[in-house]
Amino acid sequence: MQKLLSGNEAIAQGAWEAGVRVGVGYPGTPSTETLENLSTYDDVYCEWSPNEKVALEVALGSAMGGARSLATMKHVGVNVAADPLLSACNTGVNAGLVILAADDPSMFSSQNEQDSRNYAAFARIPMLEPADSAEAHEFVQRAFEISEDFDTPVMIRESMRIAHTKSLVDCADERADVELRDFTPDASKYVMMPAYARGRRQAVIERTGKLIEFAEETDLNRIEMRDSSVGIIASGAVYQHVREALPQASTFKLGLSWPLPPAKLKQFAEAVDHLYVVEEACDYFAERVHALGIATEQPPVCPLPEAGELTPALIKKSFGVALPQGHPPCDDLPPRPPSLCAGCPHRLVFTVLRDMKAIVSGDIGCYTLGATAPLSAVHSTIDMGASLSVAHGLELADVPARNKRPVVGVIGDSTFAHSGITSLLGTIYNAGAGTLCILDNRTTAMTGCQGNPCNGITLHEQVRGANPLAVRDGKRLDIEALCLALGADEAESVDAQDYAAVKDALKGATAANDKLSVLVFHSPCRLIDRSRDGVAVVGECRACGKCVRIGCPVIGTDEHGHAVIDPVQCIGCGQCIQVCPFGCISKEGE
Amino acid sequence: MTQAEKTTTVLLVGVGGQGTILAGDLLAKTAAVSGYDVKISEIHGMSQRGGSVSTVVRFGRDVASMICDEGCADVIVSFEAIEALRARQFLATDGGRLFVNDEVIEPVSVAIGTGSMPTDIDGALAQLDAVKVPAGRIAREAGSPKSTNVVLMGALSTALPFAADTWREVIAKRVPPRTVDANLTAFDAGRGCVA
Repeated sequence: MQKLLSGNEAIAQGAWEAGVRVGVGYPGTPSTETLENLSTYDDVYCEWSPNEKVALEVALGSAMGGARSLATMKHVGVNVAADPLLSACNTGVNAGLVILAADDPSMFSSQNEQDSRNYAAFARIPMLEPADSAEAHEFVQRAFEISEDFDTPVMIRESMRIAHTKSLVDCADERADVELRDFTPDASKYVMMPAYARGRRQAVIERTGKLIEFAEETDLNRIEMRDSSVGIIASGAVYQHVREALPQASTFKLGLSWPLPPAKLKQFAEAVDHLYVVEEACDYFAERVHALGIATEQPPVCPLPEAGELTPALIKKSFGVALPQGHPPCDDLPPRPPSLCAGCPHRLVFTVLRDMKAIVSGDIGCYTLGATAPLSAVHSTIDMGASLSVAHGLELADVPARNKRPVVGVIGDSTFAHSGITSLLGTIYNAGAGTLCILDNRTTAMTGCQGNPCNGITLHEQVRGANPLAVRDGKRLDIEALCLALGADEAESVDAQDYAAVKDALKGATAANDKLSVLVFHSPCRLIDRSRDGVAVVGECRACGKCVRIGCPVIGTDEHGHAVIDPVQCIGCGQCIQVCPFGCISKEGE
Repeated sequence: MTQAEKTTTVLLVGVGGQGTILAGDLLAKTAAVSGYDVKISEIHGMSQRGGSVSTVVRFGRDVASMICDEGCADVIVSFEAIEALRARQFLATDGGRLFVNDEVIEPVSVAIGTGSMPTDIDGALAQLDAVKVPAGRIAREAGSPKSTNVVLMGALSTALPFAADTWREVIAKRVPPRTVDANLTAFDAGRGCVA
């Protein structure tokens, strides 16, 4: 049956058809929907892990135990999972183990644009790169076969343009009857102590030789001869841009991007007059092709950009193909960057942190938007969990005393469970002081409201419509109790929608410079709590701008600087009513 | 290259939350049901949350890239007027068509003083021969304020080679069952408002 599927949906469909039994991951754009789709099948067990390291370990365990397993993560999640990855490449598998790494060239939703192909080469595991959803669907099935045939984890790389582009897929819609394999204890294979690890290192070398032979023969790599004057080596979405920009050029389409096929690449190089590598944000292919002794040329007109995703237009420009004349861009438009939603429970915390001139080390999630105007309250965002540990480092550099400004770490609930707990433990263990804010909005909001240990919703429950607001207390992680158990001096619960309480809590916590205070701000994300409570209306506005500076998307101003509230978009959260110093804003009808 | 072989590019732009993704889905499914190869590319995650959003739908005999380059959109449908101007450079100058919802959503940047409203939105749109569609009003009149996106697909349908009944079948299958009638009314009204 023909279906219109995104790359992520196609991987879920293909994995199901391949008889996958276990799917594990951590949400991260652009990978998230893969596991959510796989979890809709009743004959596959899927779960969110607290982080990608745990996810890969669980998936390795289930593959070792004999069940075909899929681990999903975004590219930076592979960093978190790198520790088990770099040992799993040595142990190999039993049943097939496939790891999806979803890359984000141009960083549409990420903090960097690292290229996961480097991880495959680093770990010496095969990497498959689909160029559309039909290939994603096919390649995941091939990946399970390769994993079992060569006793290795296999990585699939999707860029955002593959993960989030829907294209047509012919689906068999039949699940392969893949038996569970027996688990046979074998210390020399699964116990990576030095004596055994050395043996497995040799096994990897032998496996690599066989994989190179496979790379030479497999139809995953395709030579497509057209005009022989220009030959281009490309993979994934970039291959599609090359076909668009240079339809006459011959192409070497790499579907297996590690290991490369030296003889086949040389054959292609000899068959064309001018050979080029076209790839985005990384010189992975170029470096390796050169190392094989194959010379490639720079594009004739100008080099391709070193950073950011490629487009057909960028390729045309480098190769001297005429570009269509467009209208000039409008340069006088007001910017419209993403912002915290109307009623977002993070807004008042950042409003107070900005007004008290705190130095804030932030973290990864919607609340990274606390860095944008008019809040402009976040001063560092590095990686998952870094807020708490960076705050500790700032304290060690005596930043609070030297700047006479408090240092505050801010992290979300899911990110705290992901990697914040160990950061907090490090500060406590080393008798650090400071203020840590945990913003508990009862969901993993930025990636589309996933379950996590703090809201107690499993992936299975999430895709079947469980309400995070209806979870009983015992099933959710008790953040305050955990922080106290770790040894925090205090862990106070605060209503994130109560401006006075937020102010009091932050002023109190930051005033004490000899203890570690944790403030847990509770209030559900407005994407899971859609309730509305009337509409705020502006009375005799004095144009002080205080309400405008909380950055609510429904508050604008008229030509006199007076606040104007959009009655359609306003949900009546009352944030603006609380911050107005003159009591000029009220609920309609009150 | 015949018309059927040429890849057609439609760019849908708007503000996060306006329903561009569902609209793109309706268009892509209609193209697929009509026998075309199709790709639809969306931006998720940090790029939403009330910011400018875009969805690209490309259909033809064999679609390669999923990206719309500058000057390459055969049709742009803008769900908001400022976003139509923000996407101006993508419109093909040789016969590209622009449909725009007549609604203006003021960005937060205007309220906080880091941006200002363009002085003559109507004039700038007129220079592009934009077809203005009162999609919000039509949707409300059809009894379904949320179907603004379907009204715009109705307007768009007049510029594309798909049968109206194919659109209707796809819409009826895709929208929530109790909103089918309102959405079909919205589609027909959108279709009717383009002379």
